[in-house]
Amino acid sequence: MKIITSFLLFFSLLPLAMADKKPKPLEVGFVYVSPTGEAGWTHTHDLGRQHIEKVFGNTIKTRYVESVKEGADAERVIMQMAKGGADLIFSTSFGFMNPTLKVAKRFPKVTFMHATGYKRAKNVSTYFDRIYEARYLSGVIAGHMSKSGISGYVAAFPIPEVIRGINAYTLGFRSVNPKGKIKVVWMNSWFDPAKEREAAESLIRQGADVIAQHTDSPGPVQGAEAAGVYAIGYHSDMSVYGKKAHLTSPVHNWNGFYEDTVNQVLKGTWKSTDTWEGYSANMTTLAPFNPAIPQSVINQVKQLEAQIKAKTLHPFTGPITSNKGKILAKKGQVIPDEELRKMQVYVEGVEGELPN
Amino acid sequence: MMTLAKRQQPSHFWVYLSPLLAIALTLATGSLLFALLDVDPLHALTTFFITPLSDTFGVGELLIKSTPILLCALGLSLCYRAGIWNIGAEGQLIAGSISTTLIALAFIDSNTGFSLPLALLAGMLGGAVFAGIAALLKYQFNTNEILTTIMLNYIAYHLLQWGVHGPLRDPNGFNFPESALFDANTILPILLDGTRAHLGVLFTPIVLVLTWVLLSKSFAGFQIETLGLSPLSARMAGFSSKKIGYSVFLLSGALAGLAGAIEVTGPIGQLVPQVSPGYGFAAIIVAFLGRLHPVGIMLAGLLMGLIHLGGELVQLELGLPKSITGIFQGLLLFYLLSCDVFIQYRLTTQPGGLLHPKKTQKVT
Repeated sequence: MKIITSFLLFFSLLPLAMADKKPKPLEVGFVYVSPTGEAGWTHTHDLGRQHIEKVFGNTIKTRYVESVKEGADAERVIMQMAKGGADLIFSTSFGFMNPTLKVAKRFPKVTFMHATGYKRAKNVSTYFDRIYEARYLSGVIAGHMSKSGISGYVAAFPIPEVIRGINAYTLGFRSVNPKGKIKVVWMNSWFDPAKEREAAESLIRQGADVIAQHTDSPGPVQGAEAAGVYAIGYHSDMSVYGKKAHLTSPVHNWNGFYEDTVNQVLKGTWKSTDTWEGYSANMTTLAPFNPAIPQSVINQVKQLEAQIKAKTLHPFTGPITSNKGKILAKKGQVIPDEELRKMQVYVEGVEGELPN
Repeated sequence: MMTLAKRQQPSHFWVYLSPLLAIALTLATGSLLFALLDVDPLHALTTFFITPLSDTFGVGELLIKSTPILLCALGLSLCYRAGIWNIGAEGQLIAGSISTTLIALAFIDSNTGFSLPLALLAGMLGGAVFAGIAALLKYQFNTNEILTTIMLNYIAYHLLQWGVHGPLRDPNGFNFPESALFDANTILPILLDGTRAHLGVLFTPIVLVLTWVLLSKSFAGFQIETLGLSPLSARMAGFSSKKIGYSVFLLSGALAGLAGAIEVTGPIGQLVPQVSPGYGFAAIIVAFLGRLHPVGIMLAGLLMGLIHLGGELVQLELGLPKSITGIFQGLLLFYLLSCDVFIQYRLTTQPGGLLHPKKTQKVT
C-alpha cells in the first residue's frame, strides 16, 4: 500500500519536478517536549517523522526541535519554524496548544497539527489516539497474570487523559479478576526515572505484583524487573528495560496518520478536524507479548482486540460505578466521548481519592 | 614548567580580558566540536550567535527571554552583595506569577485599565512575601537562608501545580491543568508589530539603573556592601544587619515576583504548570557571571538568552540534537568561570606557584 501511494505520489509530482529542476520539498516541522530518546512519548512521534521521511523521500524535508519547554519558549520555536518556511507543523504536547494557535493566526498558510489539545482553527487540527483501548487490554493481561490481585499504577499528573487510562486499565483488570485493586501513585512529572522506580518499589511492597505506568521513563519497568514482578510499559515497547518483567506496553502508532496528513497537505485536501482514533485506525496497539503470558490469555486478548477494532466492544461500557459508588454508566450504556475527555473520577477498584 | 602563582592584587587587566579569552576558547573548542560532527563550524557558530539577532523579531525574542532572568539576577545581586545567599528566586518568581494570576482571573470579565498595573503589583507583592518568609525565618529563628529558600522553591512549585490542577484551572478547559487565558486588558501590550516584545522588556533597563544607583550612589548601597564584606564592621558602624537583610530580601523577592508577573501577563498570557524553565536558577549563574555588577549582569543575562535562542536555531537549521547545543552552552559557561582564575593568579615559569605549594615558603 505504501509503495503504491508513494508510486502514485511520484507520478503526480513528476510534471512539477520536470517543470522545475528543483521542486521545493514540503517542509514538515516537529516540536517535541522531551528528547527523542529510545523510548517514550516523543520517541513515538519521532518514529512517525522517520516514517514519513522514508515514505516521501525527496518530496518532503523534516526538521525538529526537541526538549521545548511548555512556557514562553514554545511559541518562539513554533514561530521560528513557520518563519523558516515550514508548510506543516506538528506540535506534540498539550502545553503547546495556545502557542500553536497564536502562531497559526499569524501564518494562515501554514498547516498546524496539535496533539492532545481541544482548540482548533481553520489551519489547526487536533489529534490523539485512543490509547485507553490498549490500556484496557493490558489490564486484562495484568488481571490474569496477577496472583495477589493488586496492581500498582505509576501516574504522571491527575489530568483526564491519565485518569481515563487508569480507569480503562482497572476495568480490564477487573473484567477477569473481579476483586482486583489498583493502587495509584502520582509523580507530578512526566519523566523522573529515580522517583518512578521508587514509586514502583513502594507499590510492590504494598503487595502489587503488576506495575503499570503512565509516565515516560523506564524506571517502573526496571523496578519491577529487579523485584521479580511483572510490569506494563507505556508509549513504546519497553521490553529492553525488563526482559522478564515486561508483559506488554500500550503503544502509539503515528506512522500511518502522519503519512495520511502529509498526503492531504500535498494534495491540498487537508481540512481542519479533530482525530481521536484507536485500534480501528491502527493508531493504538500493544507491544509484543512476554512469552510468560499463557496462550489462553493471548487468545482472549486477540479476540477482544478484534472486537475493539470492529467497534463492537467499547472499554467504557456499563455497568460502571465510581469508587464512591456513583453510577457512571448503566448496563449496556457507553460513557460518551465528551465525558471521557474531561474524566475526573476513579472507577470502582481504584484505591484512594483523586488529588484535588 | 608553567605554574600558577597568586597575585598580590587582583588584576584589573584580566577582569576585562578573561571573558574575551573565554569566548575565544569557546569558539575554538566549538569549532572543533562542530568539525568533528561534520558541520561547517563557521555556519554553526554564525547560526548560534548571529542568526538569532538577524531581524527585529529575533531581537525582541532575546529581550523577552532575558527579561525574567535579568530581573531575578539584579535582585539576587543585592542579596549576594550583602552576603545573603538567597537561592529562592525561582520560588519567588512562581509566587509572583500565582498572585498575578489571582488578580488577572478576578478581572477576567471586567473592562478596566487598572487590572494590568494591579496584577503586576500583585506579582511583586507575592514575590516579596515569599522572600519575606525566608527573611523572617532567618532573623527570628536563625535558620540558614540557603536551606529555607531552596525548600521554598519546592513549596512554590507544588503550590503552582495545586493551583493549575485545582482552583485556578480553566473551568471550560476539559480539566487540563492551566488557567483561562487572561483578558486583553491584563496582557502587556506589544511594543513593536511583528515581534512579541512587550512593555515588560522596558522594566529591565529601569530596574538596572535603579539597582546601579542603589549600589553605587546611595548610603543604603554602602551599608549593603559593608555588611557583605565584613559583618563585624557593619555592626561597629551601627548598621542594622536585620534591617538591611529584610530590605534586600524583600527587594529581590519583589523583582523575582515581577519577573513571574511579566511572564504570565506577557508571552504566556495565562498560568501554566511550567511558568519558568528555571529562570530563577539561571539568574544565580548570571549574577555571578556578571560579577554582581548591574552592567555585568546585563551582559551575562543577554548572553544566556542568546545561547538559548542560538541552541534552538542550531537544532532547526542544522538538525543537531539538543544535547550538542547543551554541550556548547556548557563549554561557554565553563570557560567563562575558569578563565577568572587569571584575575587572582598569574602564569609563571618560576617554581613557587599554586601547582607546587611546598616550595612557596622559600619564595620571598
